[in-house]
Amino acid sequence: MRPYLRDKKTFTFEEIPEDTCFEAGYLVTENSGWRSVTPKIDAQACIGCSQCYLYCPDGVITIQDKKAVIDYDFCKGCGICSKICPKNAIEMERAI
Amino acid sequence: MRADQLDKNEYFYGHKACAGCGGSLAVRAALKVLGERSIAVLPAGCMSAVGFNFPQLCFGNNAIISMFAGTASMLTGVEAGMRRRGYKDFHAVGLAGDGGTADIGIQALSGAIDRGDDILYICYDNEAYMNTGIQKSGLTPYGARTTTTPAGRNIRGNIRPKKNMFEIVAAHDIPYAATATVGYINDFIDKVEKASKIRGTKFIHVIAPCPTGWGIPVSDTIEVAREMADCGLWYLAEYENGKFTLDRDPGEFKSAEAHLRRQGRFKHLTDEDIDLIIKSRDEKWEKIRREWK
Repeated sequence: MRPYLRDKKTFTFEEIPEDTCFEAGYLVTENSGWRSVTPKIDAQACIGCSQCYLYCPDGVITIQDKKAVIDYDFCKGCGICSKICPKNAIEMERAI
Repeated sequence: MRADQLDKNEYFYGHKACAGCGGSLAVRAALKVLGERSIAVLPAGCMSAVGFNFPQLCFGNNAIISMFAGTASMLTGVEAGMRRRGYKDFHAVGLAGDGGTADIGIQALSGAIDRGDDILYICYDNEAYMNTGIQKSGLTPYGARTTTTPAGRNIRGNIRPKKNMFEIVAAHDIPYAATATVGYINDFIDKVEKASKIRGTKFIHVIAPCPTGWGIPVSDTIEVAREMADCGLWYLAEYENGKFTLDRDPGEFKSAEAHLRRQGRFKHLTDEDIDLIIKSRDEKWEKIRREWK
């Protein structure tokens, strides 16, 4: 489980909670629009060593079947994964 | 702790921190270790500003914003309340910035250590009040340019050294205190895990570079954090059972000058200023190597 995007994106005034409690992990917007460069993983070169997964500040990388997979909805394109990768398997491309 | 032993869930996700934020990595890693049964208390600061933008609520566990000065006192209350209601096996964890720890929240922290409350206090140190636009805090290092310590012809940035928060906390004779850096995340994760198993007050001081405030490219956060430990401007140590131990001796230091010069906040420093920083580093390390073996 991780905080995830909900369908409903607008709140009426009545729906806004009066007290300061609300559901944890309730997301309504993506962060993908922040990117100017996008990490692309070379699945051939990736050895699934988990370094990018460990160092991603946004936690968007998961290791599935021993390969890194990126959740592009929330990747901000900082490029830390590309620098940390011991196999240089992550290329930053100028594209959203 | 190996990467595959970590909790696969993410508890700090979709937040609005700047790209390459070191602080958000520290919070994310700490919560992955502590898990769902942890109650996070965050004072005013970057991580509360980027995590709770209603209705974008980025914490997957219970999290609450405290008063700026009251991180540790709210942790005391959270821990006591949970215990009173019969909950077991939970963690009350505070995630405060350097200003909220070393300046504004220091008396609450000191009080909590004094009472011996069973809490974990993590200070993510980005070396200034970054949330409000880079003002000097007690943990801003000597020479750093901030908006309140600008670099001019006569005074070049911050004229005061970094407050020694780790040793201030250790002087309380706390059960466990440690320093860490996001540059060596496995070391940080191990320390959070170790702290989570100790009863009593625990404190971890983790260096978390801020690309915006430090004037570094967003992709260099980890590299700069590592370099800071490798060139001796930060140290990885622990305090336990009344004893200091140095976890990692870099031996021959990497160039501190190159490390400082690559950061925008130190661009204005003269060679003499850098010599002064290196001299104080060498004095500090002489003491560390002599006493903390």
